[in-house]
Amino acid sequence: MIWSSLPTDVRRLTRPVAAKDYWDKGAIRRHVAKSFNALLIDRKEIKVHRSPVDLMIQEAGDTSSLIVFPEGGRSTTGELGEFKSGLYHLGKKRPDWELVPVHIDNLNRVLPRGEFLPVPLLSCITFGPPLWLEKGESKADFLSRAREAIIRLKEV
Amino acid sequence: MVRFAQDCRLLFMFPISPLSNPLIAWVNPNFLNTPTIVLMAVVLGLLAVVYVIGVLIQRQPESSLNPAVVRAFNSRVRAWWLMFLILTSAVLLGKTITVILFGGVSFWALREFITLTPTRQGDHRTLFWIFFLFTPLQYFLVGRGIEYYGLYSIAIPVYVYLFIAARIALAGDFKRFLERTAKIQAGMMICVYSLSYAPALLYLTFKNQDGSQWSGSPASVLFYFILIVQAGDVFQYIWSKWVGKRVIAPNINTSRTWEGFFGGTLSTTLLGTVLWGVTPFNHWQAAFMSLICSVMGFAGGMTMSAIKRDRGVKDYGTLVEGHAGILDRIDSLCFAAPVFFHLSRFIFSMNV
Repeated sequence: MIWSSLPTDVRRLTRPVAAKDYWDKGAIRRHVAKSFNALLIDRKEIKVHRSPVDLMIQEAGDTSSLIVFPEGGRSTTGELGEFKSGLYHLGKKRPDWELVPVHIDNLNRVLPRGEFLPVPLLSCITFGPPLWLEKGESKADFLSRAREAIIRLKEV
Repeated sequence: MVRFAQDCRLLFMFPISPLSNPLIAWVNPNFLNTPTIVLMAVVLGLLAVVYVIGVLIQRQPESSLNPAVVRAFNSRVRAWWLMFLILTSAVLLGKTITVILFGGVSFWALREFITLTPTRQGDHRTLFWIFFLFTPLQYFLVGRGIEYYGLYSIAIPVYVYLFIAARIALAGDFKRFLERTAKIQAGMMICVYSLSYAPALLYLTFKNQDGSQWSGSPASVLFYFILIVQAGDVFQYIWSKWVGKRVIAPNINTSRTWEGFFGGTLSTTLLGTVLWGVTPFNHWQAAFMSLICSVMGFAGGMTMSAIKRDRGVKDYGTLVEGHAGILDRIDSLCFAAPVFFHLSRFIFSMNV
């Protein structure tokens, strides 16, 4: 959804990060994932020397942008869940990358978790100012700061 | 059984038949007769004048007018252009296209309505069906012609209502059950059911005062209807600004006054009477029909204002930045359309 709101030339350089165990199942899902140019991450077999974060950095290279979903899975209540630590590791390994918070309004109503048929409600995507991992910032501090940034966008 | 087979045949023939005779589908001489063309030309001229006024006001930097009022005025004028273009092209391209375009408007209005109305996750499947099955179905039935009046006039009030209630119950979430059912049903009634009566006018066979078949085009009646309802909005607004003192319901809408209502209705009735020539009505009947349109348009505006106040927004359009709310523009049409259609059918048509 974020991907479709971007201009075409930006879209070519933007890759959503998705779970391999879900998007690699069945021909249709594989086709969808391929057409979005998705970067599939294996959630089951996480190796120490090839962690998902390393894989993301390697695949993105110097040109692509990644769309990351820091909550890991979507909540059913519409409340913003706690962020997983992957975002922190990403920020630590590549401190030069801009982390742009994005909030999608109404997403839980357009396509709730577990449903496959969307309802065409009006939705609104808000992009916020980028943030970086500060020097010496702890994991918990950084994740809650990133979460706050998203919540601020919700109120705009 | 034979009758059923015929119906089936008609059902399958329907999408092909306009194509099999392209001349009639594209330029229908009965559809576009002289009074309709004259009326359209007059409206086009008026729109051009209003547009120029809007541009001139906007260009004046030191204007004494409130910029919000100017913006609202210009957005309304843009909406009229859109309405006029849709209606003109639709009328030129035939009834089926008109029905499809109105269906699109309903679909968009319903999106705005449901976006504004809180629903729960248990309503998701219900919403999917009303958007993608029942809304197109209503317009499909309207497009099948006046023979299907018996079905399309009850499809949403009865069958869709039963479906919504049962489907939400099946989803297993009982919280605020009646409220959710009523909200979705209200959206369907206002955005889809009521508005679908506007293109349904095209399928009526009107009669003259002596009972013989009217030779004019139903497209001009539809055009007349939309023009009168929109004029009613404008006249009520102007009268309210001009002499308005007694606000009808300050908690609902601060700009609608009794003076605006009576003055606007009177002006609309006069305009409708003057334009009687494009309709099968005589002077008195045209006056009566435009009076009804103005009153119903007023009722529609008040009702939608009440819903907006309840949800704490000013316009449906402000939901999404840079998007003009369609529902803000068609609220009066939605309320006036069923009444105008039913009166036309019972009093002025040969389809009773």
